[in-house]
Parts: sequence; C-alpha cells; structure tokens
Amino acid sequence: MSNEIWLTRRGLLTMLAALFNGLVGIVLAVPIVQFLISAITRGRANAYLAWVPLGAINEFPEGETRLATFRNPYVTPTDGKTADTACWVRHVEGDQFQVFAINCMHLGCPVRWFPQSGLFMCPCHGGVYYRDGARASGPPERGLVEYPWKLEKGQIIIQAGELPTPGGSAALVRRTPPCA
Amino acid sequence: MRLIANIGKWFDHRLHLGTPIREAAEHPIPRKSSSWFYVFGSAAFTVFLLQIVTGILLALIYVPSAAEAWNSLQDLNHNVTLGWFIRALHGWGSNFMVAIVLIHMAQVFLFGAYKFPRELTWILGVFLLLMTLGMAFTGQVLRFDQDAYWGLGIGASIASRIPIAGPAIVQFMLGGPIIAGPTLSRFFALHVFLIPGSLIAFVSLHILMVLTLGINEWPMPGRLVKRATYEAEYHEMTKKEGEPFVPYGVWKDMFFAALILLAITACAIYFGPFGPTGRPDPTIIQTVPKPDFFFLWLYALLSLLPPSLETPAVLIGPIVVIIGLLLIPFLAGEGEKSWRRRPVGVLTVLFIAITLGTFTRMAEFAPWSPHMNAWSGDPVPERMLRGTTALERQGALVFQVKQCRNCHALGGSGGDRGPALDTVAVRLTHDQLIRQVIQGGGNMPTYGKNLSPPETTALVAFLQTLHPPGQAPARNASREVVLEEGPEKLTGTGPGARR
Repeated sequence: MSNEIWLTRRGLLTMLAALFNGLVGIVLAVPIVQFLISAITRGRANAYLAWVPLGAINEFPEGETRLATFRNPYVTPTDGKTADTACWVRHVEGDQFQVFAINCMHLGCPVRWFPQSGLFMCPCHGGVYYRDGARASGPPERGLVEYPWKLEKGQIIIQAGELPTPGGSAALVRRTPPCA
Repeated sequence: MRLIANIGKWFDHRLHLGTPIREAAEHPIPRKSSSWFYVFGSAAFTVFLLQIVTGILLALIYVPSAAEAWNSLQDLNHNVTLGWFIRALHGWGSNFMVAIVLIHMAQVFLFGAYKFPRELTWILGVFLLLMTLGMAFTGQVLRFDQDAYWGLGIGASIASRIPIAGPAIVQFMLGGPIIAGPTLSRFFALHVFLIPGSLIAFVSLHILMVLTLGINEWPMPGRLVKRATYEAEYHEMTKKEGEPFVPYGVWKDMFFAALILLAITACAIYFGPFGPTGRPDPTIIQTVPKPDFFFLWLYALLSLLPPSLETPAVLIGPIVVIIGLLLIPFLAGEGEKSWRRRPVGVLTVLFIAITLGTFTRMAEFAPWSPHMNAWSGDPVPERMLRGTTALERQGALVFQVKQCRNCHALGGSGGDRGPALDTVAVRLTHDQLIRQVIQGGGNMPTYGKNLSPPETTALVAFLQTLHPPGQAPARNASREVVLEEGPEKLTGTGPGARR
C-alpha cells in the first residue's frame, strides 16, 4: 500500500477525459436548454402580443354582445385553424366596449352568450358570468378575461396573442370585483 | 432439423443468450403462484406490445401537424384500407391497458407483493402507471379534435395555477402562446418517443426484477414477511415445492393474454375507432368538451370541489397521492401479506374503486353542466300548462326564453345544475320565489337586471303552479296572520292579543 501512487498516469488521463467530456457537455447543454425553453423566453420578450383588428365598429350594434374571430398575431406554419381565435365583443354604449376572452376562467372551455338572460354559460363545469363578464355562479373564481381594446379608423382592435388562463394572462386586463 | 439446430448454435456461440433465456423461462415459481390472479402483469405487457405495433402502423399515415392531423385521421377512418380498424385497436388497446394496469396494481397491493424485497418493483410500477396515464392523455391529444383542443386548454388552465412559474409552464407545455402547431408537435414527441422510450426501459427493469427476485408467493394468512428471514424462506419454498415457470405457470398468462387481445379486437370491430369529433377550430364554440373515459373521474372532481379548494387540491393532490403510493412499501414493507388479515388495505382499495367509479358514472351524465340547448329544445310538459292562466303561461315562456331550463329540469328534461322545479312551489313561498329569482344565491346567478317586473311576476306565477296535485303550495303562515288580523294584534299588548 505504501508505495502505491495515488494518481497514476492512466488515472490522470481518465480524469482529464471526464473533465473534457464535462466541458463539451456544458457547451452542448447551453444551446439545448435555450432551444427547449425558447417558448418561454420569447414570451418574456413580449413577442407574442400584438394589436389585431376585430372588424368595423358598426358590425357590433350598441347594447349587443357578438362573437368575433381573429387570427392570432403569433403563428407558426403548422397552426392551421388553431390560430383562429374567438372572443365576445360587447358594445356597451357610444364608444364603450368590452372584449371578453372566449375561455372560461375555471378551466378554459368556450363560454356561450345567451342574450335573452344576459349570461355567459360554460358547457363544461357550469361556470356562469354576467353580461359585463363578472362571475355569476359556478366554479370559476374570477370574471372573464378582457382584452385591452381601442378604436382606430372605425375599427375595433384588441391586444391579443396569448391563451388566457386563470393563473396567467398577466398582460391582459385584470378584473376588479364589481361593487355589489 | 440438424440444420436449424446448427444455425441456432452458430447464433448462440456469438450471442450467448441461450442460457439466460432458458434460465429465465425455467426459473422456479411457488406452486400456488401459478394462479389466474397472477396474469394481469403479463396481460398489460401484451397490450403494451399491441400498442407499439398499432402505434407504428398509425404513424405510417398520421401527420403530427395541427393543420393536417384531423384530416389524416379522417383519411385513416374512411380511405385507408382497415385504417379504422387499426385506429380502433389502438384506442381500445389504450383503454384496456389502463384498466389492466389498475387491476394489476390492486392485485399486487392486495397480495402484499410490494413488501420486502420487492419495494423497487412496486416503485417502478407506480411510474409505469403514471406513464400509462401519460400515454392515455397524450394519445387523446394526438386525436386532434375539439375534445383534444379544449382538453389541452384545461391542462393549460390547471398548469397556469402553479404559483409564480404557472404562465411560463403553460408556454413551455404549449410550445408557444396558444394551443397550436408546436403544441401538437411536442405532444407527438411525448407520445411517440419520450414516454414509450421510458416505458420500455422501466418495463424491462420491472420484468427483470420479477425474474431475479421471483414471483410473489401466494399469501397465507399468518405467514409474516421478515426482512431477516424472508429471502431464505422464499428460496426454500421454491426449492422444495417450486415448479419451472415454463410450462407450469406460463400457459395461464398466455391464455389470458390471448383472451384480452380477442376482447380488444371484438371491441374494435363492434364499437369502432374513437372519433375524431369536430375539427379543432377554436372559433367553433358550439362544443361540449369531455375527456376520455379514464379521465372522467377528474372531470367530476373538478366540478364538485368547492372553488376555494380546487387549486390546492389539483396542484397538491397528485403529489400527495404519488408520494403516498411510493411510500407504501416502506411504511408496510414487512408483516402480513394476505388480504384476509389486512382490512384497512382492502377497505382502501374498495373506497378508491367506488369513489373513482362513482365519479366516472356521474361524469357520464355530468349533472353540473348546463344543458346548453334545453331552453330551446325541451318543451315545457303539457300537463304543467293545462288549466293555467294566461299569466302563468306567459311565465312558462319566460322560464324557457331566459334559459332557466338550461339548469333546471321540468318533467325529467333540462339541466341538472340547479334543482328540478317540478314541485318547487311546495318548497318556496311566493316571496321566496321572487327573492330567489331576483337575487339568486346558492350558486344561481341573480336575474334582477335581466327580468322586467312583469316578467318576474309571470315567472313566479308559473313557478307557483308547480306542485303535486292535492298538495298545496308553500305559504308564509305569519304573513296570513298579519293580513287577517293586522299588525297591532301581534304586538302582545292590544285587546285582541294572541296567547
């Protein structure tokens, strides 16, 4: 034991080879991780959101809530119809609008508008919202998400691009609970 | 024959696989373990092989592109020769696989097979269950239809609730800001490469351990597992009364595997492939998304949990369940194996099975979902309108037009979200009805702003007619007293005061 060398030539070479592999591994890992999380980093840079037109203002009569569709501003070549998105446009009065995401704030199913009772109803778990998007009943914990909107050259345009989810949609308008 | 033997020898001289294969085939199993209860593991493996074969066949036609996937499924269903059959085999194979894996797990648990020294086999099995469920979910996504699209939306909505990292996790899961092309591509990678690759690796280890540790012996009440002595006892048992797996035990596995394959084939031929349902076009909102059979219980749970409990339950619940399953062999690694002396274990399995079964059954008719077309599709039963006044009939009209019917059933049709109103007049007085309609409450929206006073009057007049014949509607007794006798009589001081 006493005359055993703690580091042999072979041992050193093995360690150096392992170190070399480690370095090459890091060199490869950095771009691989960058590639993997690119969907998130792009979102951070706010590349997903843009202003998109929904149509002429006179397509949305005053006092009514109508379905509008738009092509998502961020698309990829294989999206097909999935990049087409629906939303509910409520023309409150004059130049006052509300544009609601189609997605229920419980689990994202598409809510439907019933003008007779003035309610949005969700077919999945029974979430219900009032005409102003406030939560009426059922499992959702908040009202419908609203897209920021503005009127330009007789068109209503909204800022959209991300799937509205109950925990996300940071860039979208947050509803404050309406006064009872 | 000599030639075949020589070719065999030539290969074995180079591969050296003959001896290990023979040893694996002839490894001794306890005599009583050759049982019809021990066939589920091999059946799950057989269905897995079927899934690999049919999956590869489907991949010959399927196009993993959000723009084309649905069309390629239609092509499989209607144009490609027997494409529908391969799809049906894969779909039914998936259902059978989940079912058999669950039964296998329950059997292993009830027979104490997870105890020392087979803890790791159980742990790998827990991961195999998770991967099987992962395959079922990602497979549902690959059937890229409306259910798949909105199912992904539900997945994203759940993931978004993870504190802080939620939105980033959603973008990672979807491969972008919305459910679109990259989403399907990454679920394709999961379903075809990542999860099956891990499954093959884990299944191999799982089976290797069954071979090296030996199949669980038939549990005898009172024969306790002790770490110090178990392995010697097992060795002794297989030595004394063991039999070679081939052919002593294998024939039951083979029969059952063939039976399962036959059942899958029969289901595939009789019921055909699953979907695809409508085109995955998010602008088509006339849809009622529903998950596949094995996630129906989750659909029910997400409807029935109180809203405030939902996020913690959905985020923490799975972690607790998985950790619990992984800990079972460490918490009860020794002791009694027989289900006859493990009442808590048996009751736990029964409780879970009944709970999941009940939730699944409920989700099949989803009483929590409004019936979106009931207001215009389900007429008010004629008997409820017979002999009514014009006002009451107008109220019935209000009842339909204001979509009350979507949540409230009359005569057995309509939504079940709220209570059926066939006898509501017995439960609520005139004033209570008005209050409930206008102010809502108890999970009902307030209709105050959406009903004019005449509409409310008519609606309540109609609701008051809804009571069984011969049973009077509910009335507020004190109100009548007040109206009859006047308020001063109730104060207890006047000359006509009540006793």
